Amino acid sequence: MRWRTSGALCLLAALICSLGSVAVPVHAQTALPQGAASSSLAAPASPPPADRIARLEQQVAEARSSGDNAWMLVSSALVLMMTGPGLALFYGGLVRKKNVLATMMQSFALMVLITVLWALVGYSLCFHSGNSFLGGLGYFGLRGVGPLPDADYAATIPQQTFMVFQLMFAIITPALITGAFAERMKFSAMALFMALWSFLVYDPMAHMVWGKGGLLNATLGGRVPTLDFAGGTVVHITSGVSALVCALYLGKRLGYPKAPMPPHSVVLSFIGACLLWVGWFGFNAGSALTAGSLATSAFVATHFSAAAGALGWSVSEWLRNGKPSVLGGISGAVVGLVAITPASGFVGPMSALVIGLAAGLICYFMVATVKARFGYDDSLDAFGVHGAGGTIGALLTGIFATRAVNPIFRDARGNALAVGLLDGNGRQVWNQFIGIAVAWILSIVGTLIILAVVDRLIGLRVPEEQETQGLDVSQHGEEGYNLET
Amino acid sequence: MKKLETIIQPSRFEMVKEALAEIGVEGMTVSDVRGHGRQKGHTEVYRGREYTVDLLPKIKIEMVLPDHLVDAAVQAILKAAKTGKIGDGKVFLSNVDEAIRIRNEERGENAL
Repeated sequence: MRWRTSGALCLLAALICSLGSVAVPVHAQTALPQGAASSSLAAPASPPPADRIARLEQQVAEARSSGDNAWMLVSSALVLMMTGPGLALFYGGLVRKKNVLATMMQSFALMVLITVLWALVGYSLCFHSGNSFLGGLGYFGLRGVGPLPDADYAATIPQQTFMVFQLMFAIITPALITGAFAERMKFSAMALFMALWSFLVYDPMAHMVWGKGGLLNATLGGRVPTLDFAGGTVVHITSGVSALVCALYLGKRLGYPKAPMPPHSVVLSFIGACLLWVGWFGFNAGSALTAGSLATSAFVATHFSAAAGALGWSVSEWLRNGKPSVLGGISGAVVGLVAITPASGFVGPMSALVIGLAAGLICYFMVATVKARFGYDDSLDAFGVHGAGGTIGALLTGIFATRAVNPIFRDARGNALAVGLLDGNGRQVWNQFIGIAVAWILSIVGTLIILAVVDRLIGLRVPEEQETQGLDVSQHGEEGYNLET
Repeated sequence: MKKLETIIQPSRFEMVKEALAEIGVEGMTVSDVRGHGRQKGHTEVYRGREYTVDLLPKIKIEMVLPDHLVDAAVQAILKAAKTGKIGDGKVFLSNVDEAIRIRNEERGENAL
């Protein structure tokens, strides 16, 4: 009520001022709100219009930056939540109970280890301009990474925000690999392997795809423009393929596949998978690096693909085994999320449904049939989910990407060009194929070298009696469940 | 004195306990156990891998009863624990030589 009165008075004052010739009565002035009175009085002394417009523009830019930055900080936190507790719970539930803590600790340790490495040199190797394959050392110790934006990457947020957002990706990527060697790798060997892997595989791949001048960068001078919105090649192919190499190199768990090794708590895995689903909104929609409509589009695509993935996996399982399992449902949602990751900022909701469904069907086949046929022990299916899902997603991105969602390619006059195959750019499928091939080769070669080095230095596997005892006690001196006490 | 060792379906435990209380049984020892008789287990499938679970959860009730309660107790258990399906469990009876209450060293049926 009071607001309406003062609003009416403002309107009245404005009317009076615009008439100009009418003198403002003294008693009316005292009744005016402070702002209206001062502006009407200050009007003759206000700066010239150009200055006011400049000030207004700055204020608009600041408001936009605040909005974008708020979303990006929330997204960064969401992506961290995917590793801990999301992935830790997802993987922790899938192992036997004697290994639950050790499995969760591997994810947590990477939250710690990769953060320190990132601050020292990791960020620089990924995002400072360098050569086609690796960034320079200009951001060593985060020198020069402060409140000012780097317009090449994200013009409206502090570079420090961009840095910490990217850090969360560098954390979860190696954490995904831990699913392959779960229940048998030494903690010390895991830590050393991951530190080296981060430098030799993740940093180069992230630079090639997302860094300035990287070989596969789509907008910043890459020679083979590859589309990877949120990390299909950088995150999921590298982790999934490296996971397969780890599983093959380390060999099977004792007793596999004869001894039963069912998940000790699908309940934990369920909670973890649902946290992953929510966190993935930060992962994919956050990769828009702004809080605008592209973020919404990626959010929607992400959600739809997760649902379609869960549907695809569950239906195949239902038809084959007669029952739709909970673990199948959540695994399907995760592969739907994996597959949409590279495509999320380039495709519409209907394409997202197709991508998710395809991933659900194919990854179920990979995990339930292909793994059994080849007999490798990828304990928690890091390859079947992330390697296969990431490859399917990266390829389908080249088919379904459209300028209607994200006009990323433009000609000299600024007109939007076709993006994916269905959009009229058949060449993009070939580029995606090259991106996938680079990610596969780098992951295989890099991982093999690192495994060989770590194996020589400290050995990869725990001794047999420790594996039998469980890694919780043998590696950490604890047990996950002390229910009798 | 006789000892009754009874294995039943977990879902029937409350009914058996009530039936025994009605005929005046005052004490029992109960454990969660796993096992199987002629009943086959079931299979569980995790990501396409099948696991056969052949040890199923059961409840074991142990009681030592004075002779005059034994027949009634057995009847009560049979009535309350029966579902008619395979896997309902078994009752084992055996003689007990002596019973001693630790608190006051009473012996025999007085100790029950």
